[in-house]
Amino acid sequence: MIRKVRQHLSQNESLIFERSSPGKIGYQLPDLDVPAVDAAAALGAASVRAEIEGFPEVSEVEVIRHFTRLSTWNYAIDLGMYPLGSCTMKYNPRINEAVARIEGLAWAHPYQPESLSQGAMEVIGRLEAALCEITGLDAVTLQPAAGAHGELTGILLVRAALEARGNPRKKILVPDSAHGTNPATAGIAGYSVQNVASNDQGMIDIEHLAGLVDDDVAALMVTNPNTLGVFESNIAQAAEILHSKGAMIYMDGANMNALVGVARPGDFGVDVMHINLHKTFSTPHGGGGPGGGPVAVAKHLEPYLPVPRLKRMKDALAWDFDRPGSIGKVKAFYGNFGVMVRALAYILAHGGPGLRNATVDAVLNANYIRHKLRDFFDLPYDRPNMHEVVFSDDRQAAKGVRTGDIAKRLIDYGFHPYTVSFPLIVHGALMIEPTETESKDELDLFIDAMISIAKEVDEQPETLKNAPHMTRTRRVDEVTAARKPILRWK
Amino acid sequence: MSYPETYRYTKEHEWVHLENGIATVGITDHAQSELGDIVYVDLPKPGATVQTGQSFGSVESVKAVSDIYAPVAGEVIAANDDLATAPEKLNEDPHGAAWLIRVKVADGTDLGNLMNAADYESYIGAEH
Repeated sequence: MIRKVRQHLSQNESLIFERSSPGKIGYQLPDLDVPAVDAAAALGAASVRAEIEGFPEVSEVEVIRHFTRLSTWNYAIDLGMYPLGSCTMKYNPRINEAVARIEGLAWAHPYQPESLSQGAMEVIGRLEAALCEITGLDAVTLQPAAGAHGELTGILLVRAALEARGNPRKKILVPDSAHGTNPATAGIAGYSVQNVASNDQGMIDIEHLAGLVDDDVAALMVTNPNTLGVFESNIAQAAEILHSKGAMIYMDGANMNALVGVARPGDFGVDVMHINLHKTFSTPHGGGGPGGGPVAVAKHLEPYLPVPRLKRMKDALAWDFDRPGSIGKVKAFYGNFGVMVRALAYILAHGGPGLRNATVDAVLNANYIRHKLRDFFDLPYDRPNMHEVVFSDDRQAAKGVRTGDIAKRLIDYGFHPYTVSFPLIVHGALMIEPTETESKDELDLFIDAMISIAKEVDEQPETLKNAPHMTRTRRVDEVTAARKPILRWK
Repeated sequence: MSYPETYRYTKEHEWVHLENGIATVGITDHAQSELGDIVYVDLPKPGATVQTGQSFGSVESVKAVSDIYAPVAGEVIAANDDLATAPEKLNEDPHGAAWLIRVKVADGTDLGNLMNAADYESYIGAEH
């Protein structure tokens, strides 16, 4: 008997183009009561567009029903557990939304004069201060729109500081367990990338690192906890090695959900890091944003932060554009303000002890899953983990079932899949991050589903190879879709 | 699939075949099998130079994008354009028709530090 989180609706939905019938319209306009004007004669033929070919002709209720039905197909954190490792898909508390809808914040305009924007600027100032306290660093910019944007901003700050010293240097070191965006960031910022190997415990090999750091190295980009869910316990030593050669340490804060209120990157030697407001600080995640990727820095990088900087005057807040060392703007205006409001609401609603509690629960939940599933799935790095746990499909692969098949079968049980085939240093990875959101009941439901799937692999592996079975669309041909994509209806 | 005796192999799973000062470079059968279905191949244009041990392109599968590292240094004289429209060839014939680039190498280029077929086969055997 399969216990399911929710039932799937199995009706399919045709495309809006396919619902079109000639002449149907969704509006009524009164007859023209002024003389008609020939647009081409008035504006010039080049300014007049032709009819849009193939534009769907449908009634209002057909449009409403079409998009409302499609909207019910979404899987969302509001429907069930979303164990996508390294993504921190946590619940977005409704208090955040209530605060973000306060009229003066929701309707604030970036061209509003400073004198009328003091409340919004106070939100920005307080969020900067809270993130400084949480990271143990000295200054924060809220401009970057997401994590990878924060990374690029951070590495440009490193480059600016090194240039000011006379030599931007050539290389960025990136561990083999890093997020894929890290080497991409280094490349875009004009650095070449050198890999740092992991040791058998899934951590940076300190001796290997020491051998790699020379006068050409600008920084080490390290995700901590790393993508194996392992805390880099040698991080302070790594920072010392880099600092002794005049290099810096960049921390990818995507996994900050394992540290908030417990450990501060500034205390273990990090010079610069980004934070994902849409992960750790519970603002909506997915659907293409908007996100927030603030960058926190140690004092020595502060002069290079993007303009404008918020300045606290005697009796008002002001924007300071006079920052000669700044790398310039990285985003229009001040960043995604609505996201900042939600993040500050989350921080203040929890308070210090509440944030710490969320961290501890997130780590406990991931360890509970590791403990409950270890008899059924291979654990390549078998040690206490932080906020996520990584299994491999080694045992199931013997039956021809791979991590992607298990993930697709999980959809039949009503869960969103975990992260598949990442990190790359684990062969056939199943990467699971429950976050603090889930209760023990929900975790047990997920664990039961995974155990049931492990048993299916032994008894009826074919079921997995064709999964999912209970969705509107059965398994899609991902390979042909990638090789020969069809991007238009006709 | 067997590993040709005349090729040399890297730890990063590229093969190189040196003949008359021209090195043909590809990825191994083991590499394509680990990557899974390959959907896109990014290669340098003829005239580009490649450095030993440096990335010269990438291979994208449904699972991941992986850098490809040059086993030799020199000037690229040809890139396998067929792979742009038929990346699946890399899954079908990685040691033959789906070579990646041809490089004109300096005289006296030595492949002695790379693995021969037997060493490579025991290397990939030990990886798992």
